[in-house]
Amino acid sequence: MLEKTGVPTKEQVMNEFPDISRINEGPVVVIECFKEIPCNPCTIACKFDAIHIGEDINKRPEVTEDNCIGCSVCLSKCPGLAIMLVDGSKSEEYVHMTIPYEFYPLPEEGDIVEGLDREGEFLEKVKVLKVTNPKSYDRTPLVKLEVSRKYMYDFRNIRLEEM
Amino acid sequence: MINTDIAIVGGGPAGLCAAISAAESGAKVTLIERNDELGGQLVKQTHMFFGSEKQYASTRGIDISDILLEKLEGHKENVTIMKNTTVLGRYEDGVITGMIDENKYLKFNPEALIVATGATEKFLGFPNNDLPGIYGAGAVQTLMNVYGVKPGDKVLMVGAGNIGLIVSYQLMQAGVKVEAIIDAAPNIGGYLVHASKIRRMGVPIYTGHTVKEAIGSDHLEKAVIWQLDDKWQPIEGSEKEYDVDVMCVSVGLSPLNELLVMAGCEMEYVPELSGNVPLRNEDYETTVENIFVAGDSCGVEEASSAMVEGYLAGLTAAAKIGKIHPQYEEKKADYIKQLDDLRSGPVGKHIRSGIDKIVRR
Amino acid sequence: MRIEEHPILKFKRGKKIKFKFEGKTMEGYEGETVAAALHANGILVLGESLEKHRPRGFYCAIGNCSSCLMEVDGIPNVKTCVTKLEEGMEVNKQKGKGELK
Repeated sequence: MLEKTGVPTKEQVMNEFPDISRINEGPVVVIECFKEIPCNPCTIACKFDAIHIGEDINKRPEVTEDNCIGCSVCLSKCPGLAIMLVDGSKSEEYVHMTIPYEFYPLPEEGDIVEGLDREGEFLEKVKVLKVTNPKSYDRTPLVKLEVSRKYMYDFRNIRLEEM
Repeated sequence: MINTDIAIVGGGPAGLCAAISAAESGAKVTLIERNDELGGQLVKQTHMFFGSEKQYASTRGIDISDILLEKLEGHKENVTIMKNTTVLGRYEDGVITGMIDENKYLKFNPEALIVATGATEKFLGFPNNDLPGIYGAGAVQTLMNVYGVKPGDKVLMVGAGNIGLIVSYQLMQAGVKVEAIIDAAPNIGGYLVHASKIRRMGVPIYTGHTVKEAIGSDHLEKAVIWQLDDKWQPIEGSEKEYDVDVMCVSVGLSPLNELLVMAGCEMEYVPELSGNVPLRNEDYETTVENIFVAGDSCGVEEASSAMVEGYLAGLTAAAKIGKIHPQYEEKKADYIKQLDDLRSGPVGKHIRSGIDKIVRR
Repeated sequence: MRIEEHPILKFKRGKKIKFKFEGKTMEGYEGETVAAALHANGILVLGESLEKHRPRGFYCAIGNCSSCLMEVDGIPNVKTCVTKLEEGMEVNKQKGKGELK
């Protein structure tokens, strides 16, 4: 399916998520890099030894969840924008999810935007908690959102227009 | 007559790296570029590159161009840059002719030549494919990323290779609506991370589809696509119609090899490398002594490998004419390893089999 | 047709200049190509094919394909996709193969 449509299956996505217990402990990365391609900046970006590819740069990244502190540095460094951050430690009802977003205009803190799934379909309205865009992110801003727990495995994008 | 140790034709990623590397080896280099700006296609690549640190991974193409120009500036005592200069021919005595500013002829007499002329966009046959509004993907990139002009309002992207996917994303960044991406192949050819980031913007990708026809009086108004069966035959009744004013054709590139052919280099048609490419040895020297190649002109690949090929060809060409870099062996081994790394995975499989057909040891 | 705000790029446009297309005055920016300026003005048809007189626009925009040939300041067969716009330029659709004067 992914090879034909660009949309990973639910199983593929679930496989990349850590256990719910880890998610509930605090922020952790989810990397959706399903095909072997020659690329390894995520391993260089991580200063906590949480992402490994190894000698062969064609291998897929592996995450050592216990080492990940949720610093989010790798999110803006991934050329495929394939990394997001999930944090289930904040509330029972919501998770905080951080995604790279390279479109204009950028949302602002407090905005309510449309939460979309991996096919760009509307899931629910989500609240923008934070927008970070320091120079070191090199024009790949990160947007932190409050997402209903039930959509944790579906949410992957936002839309500002048509609000 | 302009005498130089090495003439490099083409100032894109391969040519720039070849110039840096040859100059670093101590050769006097003349870098010839037909455009008024160096950098080739890098100057319109707004996305971050893949690869590893050595190929500037995670840096945007537009910025890699600046990094390379700065490196080149560091060797300026050895480098002559000739912009607005089109190489016209190579003669039997090794003399290269060119024209600067479209009005003055020049002659170069290099000891070695590195051809880094890049590639040109392929086209697709369908009724009315010549209507204005139907553009190559590179053209659309040039228009919007270099000149800041939108190609139109609604786009149909034809081709789901890396260029088609990347340009679709860039169109959306420029505020242009992409109606769909289609590809005749049964699977998406480009990196799936690129496909996913477009897909989650709501743009459908239809594999196994091609263009049936374009419709419009003096420019594109509609595009009709249809599905292909597993024998690549169109299925009647599967047509979909799109109101689009732009169709972006991204069905691959073919090597710009005229100069190599003219010079008498032995060529071979290698589909895996996207066209007619020169036979070469591991030093990227062709069958004509002292003519080297690098980048898409010797096989269409990613810009990351074009850069490393450039570094390697610059190093070996300089060595061939007696300008041997003090760390020659070490550097050569490193470049070869970098190329192996970039090509060793599943996406590099066709490149590896293509290269096997042209490398003479 | 011009992009004003972009998430990655900042467009440093040159000074505004005037040129003529088929006698009509248009505006473009110094530093851009004739074809880009025409496109920004909504001009898609740059010429016609030799035999069947079908409309022609640019295709490659980097000087490879010759689909954008026009008559510029009286000179035919100018690749407008790689020719920089100049103040007062007179750009015309080319009919036929063009003649060197």
